[in-house]
Amino acid sequence: MKIETNTHSKNILRFAEKHPEVVVMSADLGTSCEVKEFAKVYPDRYFSMGIAEQNMCSWAAGLAREGFRPMLHTFGVFLYRRILDQIEMSLAYPNLPVVLIGFVPGITTPGGVSHQSTNDIGVLRTVPNMAIFDIGDATEIEGVLDIAYNFNGPVYIRMLRKDVPRFFPANEPMQFNRARILSEGTDIALLSSSVCTEEAMRATAALKAKGLSIQHLHVSTLKPFTDPQVVEACEKAKYGVITIENHTVIGGLGTAVAEVMAENGIGKKLVKVGLQDTYAHGASKMYLLRKYGMDAMTLIKGVEKLTGENFGIEEHDLEEIRFEDFTTV
Amino acid sequence: MSDIKYSNEQIARAATNIRKQILGIALERGGCYLTQACSSAEIVATLYMDILNIGPSLGNPEAQPFPGVPSPDNMDYPKGSLYNGAHDPDKDRFFVSCCHYASVIYCALAECGRISHSALKKFNVDGWNMEMIGAEHSPGFENTAGSLGQTVSIAAGTAHAYKLKGCTGKIYCMLSDGELEEGQAWECFQAAAFYKLDNFVIYVDVNGQQVEGWTKDVMNIEPMIERMKAFGWEAVEVNGHDIDALKAAAKTPHEGKPLMILCKTSPAQGIPLLEKMIPKHFVTITEADRAEFKKFYDEM
Repeated sequence: MKIETNTHSKNILRFAEKHPEVVVMSADLGTSCEVKEFAKVYPDRYFSMGIAEQNMCSWAAGLAREGFRPMLHTFGVFLYRRILDQIEMSLAYPNLPVVLIGFVPGITTPGGVSHQSTNDIGVLRTVPNMAIFDIGDATEIEGVLDIAYNFNGPVYIRMLRKDVPRFFPANEPMQFNRARILSEGTDIALLSSSVCTEEAMRATAALKAKGLSIQHLHVSTLKPFTDPQVVEACEKAKYGVITIENHTVIGGLGTAVAEVMAENGIGKKLVKVGLQDTYAHGASKMYLLRKYGMDAMTLIKGVEKLTGENFGIEEHDLEEIRFEDFTTV
Repeated sequence: MSDIKYSNEQIARAATNIRKQILGIALERGGCYLTQACSSAEIVATLYMDILNIGPSLGNPEAQPFPGVPSPDNMDYPKGSLYNGAHDPDKDRFFVSCCHYASVIYCALAECGRISHSALKKFNVDGWNMEMIGAEHSPGFENTAGSLGQTVSIAAGTAHAYKLKGCTGKIYCMLSDGELEEGQAWECFQAAAFYKLDNFVIYVDVNGQQVEGWTKDVMNIEPMIERMKAFGWEAVEVNGHDIDALKAAAKTPHEGKPLMILCKTSPAQGIPLLEKMIPKHFVTITEADRAEFKKFYDEM
């Protein structure tokens, strides 16, 4: 598996060349959010707004009303928790095409609780007119800006930075509101997102070796959430449904799947793997995934709960199939 | 300036009519944002009838049913900004941040023929576009301003866009002084100075009152002139009931800087009966007071 580096930095240059009305706004974290190169190439289209996210958000609304396409760059947590009212009244109510690019989503930062956007999807799913995209690999980074542009309304992206694996073929770009099927099966429906898709892939490799048949969907559009493939996967799953997400289990992918199951009368068990209604703290991604039960082993325990079977898979079984960590280039 | 030239007498009469109209609403419905009408009538009338360089209204002069919430399927609804004329690059724009002054805006639009006087009958009537607190479908409103502190930033973003596009129109924004307590306003002020938005002008109705009392007692904002100058703005203070002073303030040189015009006003101006009530965010006329307010109304 290939690790790509600074994909957003390259992609936004390509994208901006195509769309002269695209402007970048930064709240003093542009250099940490891969728009350092953009500022060099397009100094007249890079607006430094200082550490003042509320003003940046509403200011972007003014620019958008005049035909510009602002793309706001800072850490995700500062783009929803701090400025929810500005998002709702300045952007979402008037349905303006402003893209909030939130970096270091969930527990992908050692910055601790103040830097970890762990309930952003849950909060923003309640905001009318918004679309939410949760990035899982380098191919999705390359595709998401075009999708956000075409959505033509307020968009929140959970963006990954620096070293990101490429799981999906570069010539098969991300599609709007359409999950990517990573494996076909009928015993379990597994839906994963963000960096947890890597954990899910580690788990499914081990579970398949034990003879389990898994329908694995990688989900990157969290709102809207009307992909018929989700219903199909849940309907055919013999033992039940399991989700894994880089987010609290309240309001995110697991909740969205639960709603779809209930609305479609799919009376099956659902296990939601993710942060169990808690904040996290500052540490490395792998440590936090394990500590807070968002990793492959927790997923396997969840599958065992659904099937009533103990597969006898240990952490060291996974070690052999572990993909490279993100810090490795 | 507007195509039609209004004399100071006409503007003063319009200001009185705004107060009278809103006192009439208060009498009819038991209450209204009457002190805001009293403090801001000359500011709003002078903006619409002299200062703003805006074209003729493109809006329907009659009240309209609420056109629905903006959504991907509803983006072509009639915008409140239509009443401020076409968005031509050489024309000004007007953002109302103190949107609980909606009745004042509607009455000013009626006074300069941008809506009909009969449209005012639909003020704050269920299902119509002329709500008590305006949003972007309400006549005269560019945006949805009810959450304070945001409209200054939206207006500044628009002024920034005008600079980037080479548009020569100015961006005007109107606030009430209580809103200056919002942190976002100060984020905006530092950014507007940083981007040298000398096409950006804010009129503040310094009526000195807010919901819980006098502004100086709720949260002091003074000295505003010094504060704004320290933030890199040009700032002047005028008597907000003096039409000539309001006009002259708009001509204050402010090259390379945004301009704030602090209009000192009284919440009882023009209706002295209110003196005993102020500070008062929302005036309720009791049965006991009704007769004297009615008498005053008839004589306005």
